[in-house]
Amino acid sequence: MLELKNISYDVEDNKEILKDINLKIDGGFVAITGPNGGGKSTLAKVIAGIIKPTSGQIILDGEDITGLTITERAKKGISYAFQTPVKFKGLTVKDLLKLSMGKNASFNEECNILSSVGLCARDYINREVNASLSGGELKRIEIAMILARGTKLSLFDEPEAGIDLWSFNSLIKVFEHMRETVKGTIVIISHQERILNTADRIIVLKEGRLIKEGTKDEVYGDLLDGIDSGVCDRLEENI
Amino acid sequence: MTTFEENLLAEVADIHGVPEGAYNIRKNGAAAGRNTTANIDLVTKEDKPGIDIIIKPGTKNESVHIPVIISESGLKDLVYNDFYIGEGADVTIVAGCGIHNCGDQESAHDGIHTFHLAKNSKVKYIEKHVGTGDGRGANVMNPTTIVYLEEGAYLEMETTQIKGIDSTVRETEGVVGDNATFIVKEKIMTHGSQYAKTNFKVDLNGVGSSANVISRSVAKEDSKQEFISRITGNNECNGHSECDAIIMDRAVVTAIPELTAANVDASLIHEAAIGKIAGEQLIKLMTLGLSEAEAEEQIVNGFLK
Repeated sequence: MLELKNISYDVEDNKEILKDINLKIDGGFVAITGPNGGGKSTLAKVIAGIIKPTSGQIILDGEDITGLTITERAKKGISYAFQTPVKFKGLTVKDLLKLSMGKNASFNEECNILSSVGLCARDYINREVNASLSGGELKRIEIAMILARGTKLSLFDEPEAGIDLWSFNSLIKVFEHMRETVKGTIVIISHQERILNTADRIIVLKEGRLIKEGTKDEVYGDLLDGIDSGVCDRLEENI
Repeated sequence: MTTFEENLLAEVADIHGVPEGAYNIRKNGAAAGRNTTANIDLVTKEDKPGIDIIIKPGTKNESVHIPVIISESGLKDLVYNDFYIGEGADVTIVAGCGIHNCGDQESAHDGIHTFHLAKNSKVKYIEKHVGTGDGRGANVMNPTTIVYLEEGAYLEMETTQIKGIDSTVRETEGVVGDNATFIVKEKIMTHGSQYAKTNFKVDLNGVGSSANVISRSVAKEDSKQEFISRITGNNECNGHSECDAIIMDRAVVTAIPELTAANVDASLIHEAAIGKIAGEQLIKLMTLGLSEAEAEEQIVNGFLK
């Protein structure tokens, strides 16, 4: 179980990106949503250890992991899929799957992982993870790495961002499939209604605060009101 | 041969035991084994150290290994090897050099290789340079490669220097004829206080000639690298050179591209990028459970693969 206690994160000029977040995530499929700039990606990076919070504690299965590095948290079972996948000159899909699994995978294992994100291992396994791959392909490989790790907590930062409609449709299937098969906790930052519909719980972040948390039915009613308020008058007129 | 020498041979020329096909092994400045085939002749030069490698026209799917190893500290070896590739031949040539220096004196190997490729011949040329030994003596290698490509000929050169060479100045020159192609892929890693300089000079003289020079390098610690590429387009041609370097610690990398188009239909491009390992690459691999040092190693190994 992951627990965040009074997590705050300030940057220069005393701007607060996260304000006193308290949250318990205990299994299932959790979606974090809310307007852009609301602190969602920052929260994911705080959990993965990429950003150190200004204050507060992160507890994983009863252990305080606030002071642990990215590597230590990864070893304790946290996986994090970047919103913008990283490109590597020279490293292939095979290399990255091997590093994700911590061992050499058989072709059968590689094929299972890649086919579950809609890629054929024969075509992709020896491709370099560089700019020759499309945004959708990179995104699928990013997700494949998380599947290959199979850890108890998997964080996905806007997996739908930057991919085309066709890729998106198959991506939804990937998460629906994960929901059925994965035993650990899946946390997805998303704006997509179809992803939110699949979630067991939805968390809404706005202006760095957790403003709503609950099941789809509990959150959905005032979700739109909640996240659209605060838009300036001129913008509202023009929408 | 000692184990060190056998390991060096395996590393620079992928030779384990007795190699197949034509070979000439040079050890500490003298011949240490030779084999010719019906199509490939190796002839010792009479006027200077080195051999002529003569490949008959139409020879296909054969290979020549001409590795050099130096295990005597303080030896300075200079060798001239000339390759004559017959019309329509298609062969692989492997010419590595390994120095194992456990003494205090400088060991050096200067190999001067000249390739004459006849019409429509094709060569894959693989050259690996490795230095080992824990002595204080420096390992020095200054390879020179000169390539003449006749009409429709194709030469692809893969040159690798990954470790242990303290100082190297590598000269590579190509004269490219009609519809001929010259490709160079260079990989270099330097560390400690090593110095590596690469000097490419390619003249695209023929109609439809092309050259592609790609250098990937990693400079660590206090090492220094220079990459100079000069491509001249004297006819309707395509030239491309690319220098991509990762810089670490206190290393210094200089890239100097020079393109001269002397024909209105010459199309020449140079790309150069020097920078440290991207932070996001390290972070990504750390989220897979690698330490920062392990992540760095994976990125460097992949880059130079």
